[in-house]
Amino acid sequence: MADTPEAGPDWEGVRLHVVSGKGGTGKTTVAAALAIALAAEGRRTLLIEVEGRQGIAELFGIAALPYEERKVASVSPAQLGLEGAGTGEVFALAIDPEQALLEYLEMFYKLGRAGKALRKLGAIDFATTIAPGLRDVLLTGKACEAARRKGPGGRAYDAVVMDAPPTGRITRFLNVNTEVAGLARFGPIHNQAQAVMRVIRSPETAVHLVTLLEEMPVQETVDGVGELREAGLPVGGVVVNMVRPPVLDEAAVRAVDGDHREEVARALVDAGLGGRSRSATGVRAHVEPLLDPLLDQAREHAERVLLERGQRADLEQLELPSYELPLLGGGVDLGGLYRLAAELKRQGAA
Amino acid sequence: MSAQAKGRAKAGATGPDRTGTDRTGTAEKSPAGLADPSLDVDALLDDPDTRIIVCCGSGGVGKTTTAAALGVRAAERGRRVVVLTIDPARRLAQSMGLSELDNTPRPVKGVAGDNGGELFAMMLDMKRTFDEIVLAHSDPERARTILENPFYQSLSAGFAGTQEYMAMEKLGQLRARDEWDLIVVDTPPSRSALDFLDAPNRLGSFLDGRFIRVLTAPAKVGGRGAMKFLGVGMGLVTGVLTKVLGAHVLTDVQTFVAALDSMFGGFRERADRTYKLLQAPGTAFLVVAAPERDALREAAYFVDRLAADRMPLAGLVLNRVHTTGAPQLTAERALAGAETLEENGAEQDPDGADGSPGSSGSTGAPSASAAEAVAAGLLRLHAERMQVMARERSTRDRFVSVYPDVPITEVAALPGDVHDLDGLREIGTRLGRTPA
Ligand SMILES: Nc1ncnc2c1ncn2[C@@H]1O[C@H](COP(=O)(O)OP(=O)(O)OP(=O)(O)O)[C@@H](O)[C@H]1O
Ligand SMILES: Nc1ncnc2c1ncn2[C@@H]1O[C@H](COP(=O)(O)OP(=O)(O)OP(=O)(O)O)[C@@H](O)[C@H]1O
Ligand SMILES: [Mg+2]
Ligand SMILES: [Mg+2]
Repeated sequence: MADTPEAGPDWEGVRLHVVSGKGGTGKTTVAAALAIALAAEGRRTLLIEVEGRQGIAELFGIAALPYEERKVASVSPAQLGLEGAGTGEVFALAIDPEQALLEYLEMFYKLGRAGKALRKLGAIDFATTIAPGLRDVLLTGKACEAARRKGPGGRAYDAVVMDAPPTGRITRFLNVNTEVAGLARFGPIHNQAQAVMRVIRSPETAVHLVTLLEEMPVQETVDGVGELREAGLPVGGVVVNMVRPPVLDEAAVRAVDGDHREEVARALVDAGLGGRSRSATGVRAHVEPLLDPLLDQAREHAERVLLERGQRADLEQLELPSYELPLLGGGVDLGGLYRLAAELKRQGAA
Repeated sequence: MSAQAKGRAKAGATGPDRTGTDRTGTAEKSPAGLADPSLDVDALLDDPDTRIIVCCGSGGVGKTTTAAALGVRAAERGRRVVVLTIDPARRLAQSMGLSELDNTPRPVKGVAGDNGGELFAMMLDMKRTFDEIVLAHSDPERARTILENPFYQSLSAGFAGTQEYMAMEKLGQLRARDEWDLIVVDTPPSRSALDFLDAPNRLGSFLDGRFIRVLTAPAKVGGRGAMKFLGVGMGLVTGVLTKVLGAHVLTDVQTFVAALDSMFGGFRERADRTYKLLQAPGTAFLVVAAPERDALREAAYFVDRLAADRMPLAGLVLNRVHTTGAPQLTAERALAGAETLEENGAEQDPDGADGSPGSSGSTGAPSASAAEAVAAGLLRLHAERMQVMARERSTRDRFVSVYPDVPITEVAALPGDVHDLDGLREIGTRLGRTPA
């Protein structure tokens, strides 16, 4: 379970945080919250988006991000409910595979005119849209480059957080360089691919999985962790997102259902739901039609709580550090994002 | 086909000029006063002219569940149905008897209609579908070269849009077999909303593209022409590719691409045919969405795209909607009631804390405060439910005000997952029930 607040952050030496999870579980939200949390205490982080969906821009309520590292947020300790000084910075980058490929070719091969010719021929298109393998090489390569980049007085970024592809594709995505190194058995591509794999497999990388307490996301998380481990990739933590606090349990529902129906009805009258009637029967008539619907809702709730308990047990078997983020009522706005970041910080994820 | 097409031409005309038809049912007034035509799913399923139903929508909204539930319901209402599912949850797949990915429709036991209705289901296996195409469209010698090519092996399961393309290819095949009178198609969770419409085209234009011609240049005269046209020396490009990829990789790529090129000879025509099949009046698209802002934004995008591509939209399935049996109790009153009870409880607590429960006098007291705690819980749950419903309602109304002509059906959320035939039947009943 989550660490006590006093313990140091769980991912001290990690430079590259990869955030995956089943579709729609909150990868983009959690990646952004993590980037904010990691930027506390005057640090610099980079949030990377690879799916070309401009989810980061939408989340931060800013215009579409170009293929360029842009500052998207500053983080004061107070914003995360902490003491101390030092304002952190979060940068963001939406990687455009086509531009990344041109940059890569330029960097390694100084192509000039030939690069343009390749583009005209549709080779760049070919490489980036038709062969996702090559696409993934570029995306992972760029993330590793940013994580390793030198800046004034050390690293350019204290941490890089990637809003990664979903669980179903993550192992293949991260492992693509191994595949490439196998296809190109020597030469510059081989060397580059191996260099990227060294970073991804090192303790400087952690792959976190976001899940909900529902059957499919949990199943995918369990399968995903298995696949990552088998591929020798560094598994990080599990982020359980959109957690709702249990209000009533099975036992309470059974109690109401059985002998205590009468007492609950009386309590509802005490709660002022008996209407304006003065007679006991009038009051009762007002409360009676509420009882069954309320009990139905409670039964559904109890059923869900029970299911969630099962899902939690499955997750615990993974024996990974885990963090829980609450379901925010009206959805996630900028304020909500900082709340989630503060929560991650408090639980020791950053 | 053409006779049916004519019969359906009127009812299915939901292109850019979507209008209410007999299928869209009657316009009703929602509380917000917005016109709100309801979608009559049973009429759609019962109409013998409905031959294909495509369930699309963003990730996780319930496409697979809806497709399977429609299959069960249609079969039990007497149709011979096949459901093409993509990545169903493990338990759901098992309940439909889908234990292996063998790309063959299997009869689903336990589902039968009185008038000959039957349900078949299959899970799409991409790699296998790809291999099948290779085998079907190239001679054995060539097929072996392709299947053994390292690029084919590492990329065939992962081409961008492969899953989408394969789903459409498989749909074309099932339709051609003509063994079912209704095909229900699930779609993969697309990265960008309508990949399954775009993928065939993208793959097609890639195969027709110049780069392919250059890569296959040694084998084809056209390649050199293209190079001349661009004013680039053949040597320069091959030189660069060799430098970037290494000579042996280039050879592998060339073999692979040449093979693909020949094997996808009839590719364009097949893709075009499937695309036309989707536009035909016998097809009905259902956009599935959750009543949440993001999901409905994507649903709106789907609706626009379908209209732009002249694909027949039957309506929107709003899935996992919350309901209550006590709408008369507002969230505010429920919360106030819960607070009253909790305050009462807090006042009683100190007494209970310093004396033993038994010593507090009346034996009913502990149970009464327990009942109050439970009642407070019930009220809090209800307040939460009412708030969720209000949010869902306003999200839905926003959609309706922009798309007043799109028929909608609502499916109430079940408390747990849907993983067996009974669950699917329950969803089916909810789908069939026109919203009041
Ligand atoms: N803790 C939370 N409380 C409330 N809403 C949340 C929470 N986390 C995420 N959401 C909402 O859930 C939706 C999905 O979140 P998000 O876009 O981050 O998921 P994702 O996994 O990146 O999705 P995709 O697979 O489509 O990329 C968004 O509307 C987001 O605002
Ligand atoms: N009306 C409903 N009530 C309760 N649970 C539901 C309902 N509809 C779907 N579910 C559950 O929601 C989860 C997601 O559903 P499903 O797999 O059908 O979505 P999908 O759109 O096919 O997802 P993907 O995009 O990942 O393919 C499943 O666990 C399913 O059981
Ligand atoms: Mg996302
Ligand atoms: Mg699905």
